[in-house]
Amino acid sequence: MEDKLYKKIADSHKPKETKLKNLIIAFVVGGLIGCFGEIIIEIMCSFFHKSRAQAQVFMSVFFIFIASLLTSLGFFDKLVNKCKCGLLIPITGFAHSMTSAALDYRKEGLIYGIGSNIFKLAGSVILYGVVSTWLFGMIRYFIGGVL
Amino acid sequence: MLFINSFLFCGTICLIAQIILDNTKLTPGHITSLFVVIGAFLDSFSLYDLIIKYVGGGALVPITSFGHSLVHGALAKTNGYGLMGIFMGMFDLTASGITAAIIFSFIFSLIFKPKN
Repeated sequence: MEDKLYKKIADSHKPKETKLKNLIIAFVVGGLIGCFGEIIIEIMCSFFHKSRAQAQVFMSVFFIFIASLLTSLGFFDKLVNKCKCGLLIPITGFAHSMTSAALDYRKEGLIYGIGSNIFKLAGSVILYGVVSTWLFGMIRYFIGGVL
Repeated sequence: MLFINSFLFCGTICLIAQIILDNTKLTPGHITSLFVVIGAFLDSFSLYDLIIKYVGGGALVPITSFGHSLVHGALAKTNGYGLMGIFMGMFDLTASGITAAIIFSFIFSLIFKPKN
């Protein structure tokens, strides 16, 4: 009985708008990052006369650089707390997870600290990416032929 | 037009991720892994290439493009090397992103100290 009462009171005090607000923030921030990526590609293509493939590489490296720098300066964690998926799903989230793991375990030394923990969070992305790629690649190779 | 498409596509991906994060017990780690697998699945039948054609850079920013480039590099190598091409070309296109992330995070972790 007391549990139910507690839950009722706790629910009534929960802010209701946060879910909708989170969704809007994630949509706008993610959208702006995507749009910014396209702007970088267009700038590299038209002003620096790079091919589109080169511009795409530059764009992802640029985002990773910015995200790593902001993470190590301490801004990025606050931004992630506010925008959540808007910043975690773009490539910035990958760089953020690696840099924050490296910074957290730095005091345990270069080998057993940074070296063994740098992929602590990003490792799952690489592991499941590679395993699923191997699986889908085999399926595609045997069913659909090559590209 | 590519700018608007980029905004809408990347925003929608983040919106879906936020919906999953808010309504289930999955952590961001689960969601990013899930999205990589979805990207790899979409590209295994060349759907993601179609999306990139119409969306442009916005489709290359989310983590789903990581799965796409893994599959793309692996399948491109199968042209000359057969089945072993999947093992050889796996990291061909994503190497730049992974290398950049490793180098920058290592350098910055040596220079800066954690804030909290």
